[in-house]
Amino acid sequence: RYDALAASLTIFVLAIFIGFELITKVPPTLHTPLMSGSNAISGISIVGALIAASAGDAPLAAIVGLVAVILATVNVVGGYLVTHRMLEMFKPKR
Amino acid sequence: MYEALINLAYVVSAILFIFGLKYMSHPRTAVKGNLISAGAMLLAIVLTLAALKMIATYVIIGLVVGGIIGAVLAIRVQMTDVPQLVALFNGFGGAATVFVAGAELLRPNTSTAPDVMLAAALSGLIGAVTFWGSLVAYGKLQELQIFKKPIDIPSGAVVNIVMVAILLLLTIFMAGSGWSLIPYILIVVIASILGVTLVVPIGGADMPVVIALLNSYSGLAAAATGFVIDNNVLIISGSLVGASGLILTQIMCKAMNRSLVNVIFGGMQSAAAAS
Repeated sequence: RYDALAASLTIFVLAIFIGFELITKVPPTLHTPLMSGSNAISGISIVGALIAASAGDAPLAAIVGLVAVILATVNVVGGYLVTHRMLEMFKPKR
Repeated sequence: MYEALINLAYVVSAILFIFGLKYMSHPRTAVKGNLISAGAMLLAIVLTLAALKMIATYVIIGLVVGGIIGAVLAIRVQMTDVPQLVALFNGFGGAATVFVAGAELLRPNTSTAPDVMLAAALSGLIGAVTFWGSLVAYGKLQELQIFKKPIDIPSGAVVNIVMVAILLLLTIFMAGSGWSLIPYILIVVIASILGVTLVVPIGGADMPVVIALLNSYSGLAAAATGFVIDNNVLIISGSLVGASGLILTQIMCKAMNRSLVNVIFGGMQSAAAAS
């Protein structure tokens, strides 16, 4: 069991380092879209929400999970769409 | 075997998230980056559904309802109102982690091992701070009536420190005892108050930086949830957002010629000076 935890912690630490290295120079016009786009990624908790909502072993857990599914989907769908709209504005007009 | 394949496929999703974020930070590739990231999310959702033994109808309805709400909000918003909408979405993401960890605790077979309990407590704590902090940020940018005047919380810094101390104690207690439900609810309630009292004293002009910081928090909350349900794609993408969000917060502070400490505590000082 604790082998699995050690593996998860390793992944966690490595991903943190990638995250730190990923963003270096960002022009100010991209600050808000980047914030919005990475906010959409944090909607990844939708994966946990789907699993929780499908819990056959506990009805209450499924209901709470369903609330999480709705909240996370709003975050994901709305987040990506609004980011796309923002970025479209910056496109050079031809 | 099948489950292992699904877990392996999650790696593809994680790699796409990394490329998406990378492309997002350059003007020429930003649109592509966002689409890659969206594709990564879609893949993660499809894989998750494929791994479930059965997909209940209400889960699909939940996806559709959430999708419609999100799409309508994103399409109808005026471009000038986008920052507050991002704050609102960010809050929803934070709230989702509170509910996912809560749902896990309600299941009979959930492990009460210290690491699972610790991760659940942190999901609830960070998620609740993110949700309420984001709602306050939304309210300030939307210029809601209650936020028009500066709100002064008497000895706000002391109150916040006391709340943080209580939250840490509850988290340690929950991890140590394995007794989860009531401590978890207490953590969520106190963290909700903390989310409000942390953001309320900060001025409207600094809100973009606050939202960027709260965005980083919601990533960390998702990563903590990943530890609760033992899911690598949550851990990876959550910590990517947590770390890159922190860097972005720093970059935004620099662009505004402010330090992060200044933004967080500057509001308190000005509120104190005004009173």
